[in-house]
Amino acid sequence: MNKPHRAPSSRALSAVEVKSKFGAEFRRFSLDRSKPGRFDEFYGLLQHVHRIPNVEVVVGYADVHGDLLPINNDDNYHLAIATATPLLRLFLQRKEDSDYSAFGSDPLNRKKNPVLSAVLLRPDSHRKKPPVVISLPRDFRPVSSIIDVDILPESHRRVRLYKHGQEKPLGFYIRDGSSVRVTAQGLEKVPGIFISRMVPGGLAESTGLLAVNDEVLEVNGIEVGGKSLDQVTDMMIANSHNLIITVKPANQRNNVVRSREAGAASGSSGRSSDSGASFYGYGGGYSSLGVNSGPAHIIQNFPVGELESDEEEDVVIEAGAEQEPNVPRYEPHLNLRRDPVTSATSDPAISHPSAWAISSPATSNGTLTSSASLGSLTTAAANGSSSHRARERRSLEEDGTVITL
Amino acid sequence: MKRFRRHGHESQRDRLKQELFQFNKTVEHGFPHQPSALGYSPSLQLLAIGSRSGAIKLFGAPGVEFMGLHDESAAVTQVHFLPHQVELVTLLDDNSLHMWTLQAHKGLSELLEIGRFTLTGPPGALPHVTRVTAVLPHSSGELLLLGTEGGHVFIVEVPGFRELEERNISLDQVQSSVPEDYIGRRSLEHVEALQENPVDSNQVVIGYDRGLMVVWDLEKHCAVQHIPATQQLESVWWTEDGSYILSSHSDGSYCRWMVGNSDPTTEDEEKSDIPYGHFPCKAIMKIMQLPTEEGPPFLLFSGGMPRASYGDRHCITVIHSKTHVALDFTSRIIDFFVITEGPQNTGDPSALVVLVEEELVVIDLQTEGWPVIQTPYLVPLHSSAITCSHHVSSIPFKLWERISAAGDLQHTHYSKKPWPITGGQSQAADPPQRDLLLTGHEDGTVRFWDASGVCLYPLYKLSTAIAFDTDADPNDNMNQSSEGEWPPFRKVGCFDPYSDDPRLGIQKIHLCKYSGYLIVAGTAGQILVMELNDEAAEQSIEAKVVDLLQGQEGFRWKGHTRLDVREEPVLFPPGFQPFALVQCQPPAVVTALNLHSEWKLVAFGTSHGFGLFDYHQKNSVFVKCTLNPSDQLAMEGPLSRVKSIKKSLRQSFRRIRRSRVSLRKHHVNNAAKLQEANARLEAELAEMELAPVQRKIEARSSDDSFTGLVRTLYFADTFLSDSSHNTPSLWAGTNGGGVFAYMLRIPPVEHRAEEPVTAQPAKEIQLMHRAPVLGIVVLDGHGTPLPEPLEVAHDLARSPDMHGSHHVLVVSEEQFKIFTLPKVSAKMKLKLTAVDGSRVRKVGVASFGSNRTEEYSESDLIFLTNQGDVHVVSLPSLKMQVHYPCIRKEDVSGIASCVFTKHGQGFYLISPSEFERFSLSTRSLVELRCLVEAPLHQRSQTDGANAVHRTSEKDDDDAESAARRVMEHALLNDEKVLQEIQKSLEGGPLLLENNL
Repeated sequence: MNKPHRAPSSRALSAVEVKSKFGAEFRRFSLDRSKPGRFDEFYGLLQHVHRIPNVEVVVGYADVHGDLLPINNDDNYHLAIATATPLLRLFLQRKEDSDYSAFGSDPLNRKKNPVLSAVLLRPDSHRKKPPVVISLPRDFRPVSSIIDVDILPESHRRVRLYKHGQEKPLGFYIRDGSSVRVTAQGLEKVPGIFISRMVPGGLAESTGLLAVNDEVLEVNGIEVGGKSLDQVTDMMIANSHNLIITVKPANQRNNVVRSREAGAASGSSGRSSDSGASFYGYGGGYSSLGVNSGPAHIIQNFPVGELESDEEEDVVIEAGAEQEPNVPRYEPHLNLRRDPVTSATSDPAISHPSAWAISSPATSNGTLTSSASLGSLTTAAANGSSSHRARERRSLEEDGTVITL
Repeated sequence: MKRFRRHGHESQRDRLKQELFQFNKTVEHGFPHQPSALGYSPSLQLLAIGSRSGAIKLFGAPGVEFMGLHDESAAVTQVHFLPHQVELVTLLDDNSLHMWTLQAHKGLSELLEIGRFTLTGPPGALPHVTRVTAVLPHSSGELLLLGTEGGHVFIVEVPGFRELEERNISLDQVQSSVPEDYIGRRSLEHVEALQENPVDSNQVVIGYDRGLMVVWDLEKHCAVQHIPATQQLESVWWTEDGSYILSSHSDGSYCRWMVGNSDPTTEDEEKSDIPYGHFPCKAIMKIMQLPTEEGPPFLLFSGGMPRASYGDRHCITVIHSKTHVALDFTSRIIDFFVITEGPQNTGDPSALVVLVEEELVVIDLQTEGWPVIQTPYLVPLHSSAITCSHHVSSIPFKLWERISAAGDLQHTHYSKKPWPITGGQSQAADPPQRDLLLTGHEDGTVRFWDASGVCLYPLYKLSTAIAFDTDADPNDNMNQSSEGEWPPFRKVGCFDPYSDDPRLGIQKIHLCKYSGYLIVAGTAGQILVMELNDEAAEQSIEAKVVDLLQGQEGFRWKGHTRLDVREEPVLFPPGFQPFALVQCQPPAVVTALNLHSEWKLVAFGTSHGFGLFDYHQKNSVFVKCTLNPSDQLAMEGPLSRVKSIKKSLRQSFRRIRRSRVSLRKHHVNNAAKLQEANARLEAELAEMELAPVQRKIEARSSDDSFTGLVRTLYFADTFLSDSSHNTPSLWAGTNGGGVFAYMLRIPPVEHRAEEPVTAQPAKEIQLMHRAPVLGIVVLDGHGTPLPEPLEVAHDLARSPDMHGSHHVLVVSEEQFKIFTLPKVSAKMKLKLTAVDGSRVRKVGVASFGSNRTEEYSESDLIFLTNQGDVHVVSLPSLKMQVHYPCIRKEDVSGIASCVFTKHGQGFYLISPSEFERFSLSTRSLVELRCLVEAPLHQRSQTDGANAVHRTSEKDDDDAESAARRVMEHALLNDEKVLQEIQKSLEGGPLLLENNL
């Protein structure tokens, strides 16, 4: 893979000085700026110079702004080489104790928490709270969230309930009821559909996004007005794999208050006070994402047109040469046994820090969806027929039953 | 430009849609649910039936039917035709009278309500004063006599419903003339009967409940004669010659009184009799006496049975000369009348028409033994409850003839006389093809109906029960009556809702019209393969038991047992005779069935799995268990799981009884406890109101019950393994969204008997939305559904395109999805439930032809949703075309009973005994088109009738001039006036509305 020469022309030097740190040890060596080679060669070189041939490491470098950025594919490797000024400072960490949250720490935090000192030189010195761990993109999964905050009236809330890969039931009940509307003629009582009960431990309850007596206005973009309770029930069940409910919360005090200023939406969930560490604002047009281990409140633009993209796929089993007896049986949970194809597919490369927090890459059932903005996150070439079977298995395993021939 | 063209394309499609689709509910077949009144017009030869739901239906010659519905949903209690008119009057439960007419327009008649009327008494009168109990349309055709609960007789001019107050016969006028010696003359009670003197239209007899009858002269406005009967009166009949009045009474007696005796003191009852006497008898509800040309008259009466021993029978007694028969009907008698011969309908009685609650029975009174005449319509579809139905279009003539020949042999006990009710003419075109509707019944019978035209006519009845040993002896004939039994009962009618063995119930039917093979599957997992045989044949049936569990461990069937097959050879009558029998183990209800007569294979499925049976070699090809390990419910069987209505009814009755008993005990013991119980009950009720209906929102999982239930089976010759070789295949769809495809190898014809048929699993699709799979259709290279087996061989269908790539369409309750073949990958889909919350209940493929050109026709998918809407979806593009509301969504049994025809029509049950036929097609439309002309001899009738006719003619002219006048008066801004003008200009009937 020969990349064009990307170094600034002012640089006469064709060699890049590399200072690599692993643990307490430093290694220094140089690379040809014009011929950086491939990432895996580079990775092998690092293992070689540090004499750690069998240790899995995470490679990071300090960019011109002092941010710690990862090197894990050809693109960001080349970028790192090209922008090295002139020293390329590398930081290697053992994979098992690597701290991903250090990557991409934002300019706001930098002063307080300079990358080099905080994360690498004095690793655990001034942390009061354990850092929030952001896992690698392959471990990301879509989570239930409030969406479309910017286009809905403030009194309404659109909630997306993701069930993917969870044993949790959706866990709520709906009922008929009546709501009062203000019309030109005065107050008018109209029939409506309401949430009547939450199942403890269910998805609806655990996310905290829906509550008893919330009025259901839409299901996946379709108004429920004029529809019977049974019809709405069937609509919700038919959409249960990706259920988007627009409600008018019974409790209007917790509404998302839309900020007037662009790009400053991070504080709007009303929970920002206790989760400073969990918010990573990336200026510009991206909305903030809050990810924590508990109930998730993610405020995110989600174009309705994309809703269809994460359709579940039907499982098709083509009879192969080897026929097993026609006995339905359980297969052990395949999660434990890593499927090589799937892990390959969901091992995306990362080229830009902001890509990290986007929550829509590989879903846990292997049905890959990629946001258009994340070109580099697209799956490896394994999207073809070889992964087909793997996908089937993965989508089966979430239901606990595997029917195979 | 592109956009413009697309728009053009769409509008072209819209135009085509109009040419292809239209929705009509066309005909109601069967017997009206809960009939409540019967009327007959001898001059029109029309029969009218009113029902408890407020419907009124008129029937004449086969194919002549009219239907009307009162706006009020009150029961119709009486129906009377105006003599020699095309009008009829109905009396409803809410005491309103309605005038209906048959209006001819462009050669077709229409039943229209033209007026309504409620009697008003004098101011301050109690409501019972005007509560109508008896109605007599006067033979002049212009008067209606209304007897009321208050004992008055009101006289009303018709058809305009104008009260003629001066002619009313008040109770006081009558009472004043009652002889002093009549007991209880001060309270005559309500008017029970009104009859006109057949020879003197000025005389009517007014029968009071207390027993007194008064012959009243309408002209002189005075009582002519008093008949002092003392028993409570039930009905009155004035004999043909006007010389006698017959009265029937509540004690089971009837009396004959001489009329017109000049000496009022000597008149007396000539004869009084309690026909089934000695012990107390029930009332004789209605009595009639009809003369014959020569010989003794016919005496007919209903009821009068000995209360203790036969009080529960529904009987009509017919006595003629020495013949005396008590016709024993299957349900309560609503009413009856007798049709007489001759141009003026004064000849000998020819037929007795009896309306009972569940059927219409017509008895031929001229043939020896008084046989029953088979009804061409109003047939009780529900003589045993309908459990399933199957429609077959375009039956080849040969098969049709053989089936009707087999049916004719079953109809030998019917009278040879033609149908006696012949009013009106059917203008409907002859049906273009012969269609069969097959209904499966609870008692194990399959009935074949001629569904080609307006009349659903019974062709043939097949009983599968004779193949099995059941508790009831099939030779046990209930009809046999012992010699010399009194009363001399004779059972008539075919309504018999009692099933001996619920396992016999028919669940699925499939008929191959080309080969004449019929497969019938039932509740206890039995599948009978039958063949049409023109001769009776004695044969023993060999049962093949097929284990669908395939050695699955840990399951125990808790439902009913298998049916026992009769071991000795059975004599099967001509018609369909079984030659192979498959019995599923466990013997669960057969839920899916298909037949491929070319390959000689039968596929069947239950809640446990499915199997393939080779009926040529009579062996099982393979079995696939679809049972989910977590599915325990599947083992309970339908009888234990789904509580039968009867059972639950019984239980609730028991509960009520128990609670009554316990309440009584409470009462005896402690009144406080009773109060406590009441309070608890109230609290419970309040709680029920507080806790509203809730619906759980949960994704379907594989753990849901009955996921393995097989919903559909389909045979196709298509590309399963590679795209160059098509092979026979079997497809199955389950309740849990699973689709299984098997590749079949069928030996060449010359080795068909020896070499085995083999099957190999080829594909398996698990729909992720897990909704039940209701239908599977393979589309050929042109996107057209594959033809039926043998259809191409009989040159009735184009052979499918085998060059282009095939697709399989999987219809689930929630969506339609097309997959490519042979590599199964999703190509296109149409979501239904996710979008509008309705679910597919019934689906079928139908061809629609354009009503503009003969050439154009296309195949589309029709489906019915749980909301009761019918939709048409195009193939193969899966685009919604049209949808119409069809069935009320609350009518679950109606939705469940729906069947589609191959030409865009459909049937569903609107009551246990009636099919509604509808059509989505502009070309295939079976609808009523009939004409009833006003009686020809109308003008030669009495002056009164003539006068009425003339005035009505004059009215028409008047209406027009009146309209002009109104316009001249420039009252155009009054909407009411405008409407009236509109109506009169259209020549439509003015709604005559009084006192509303």
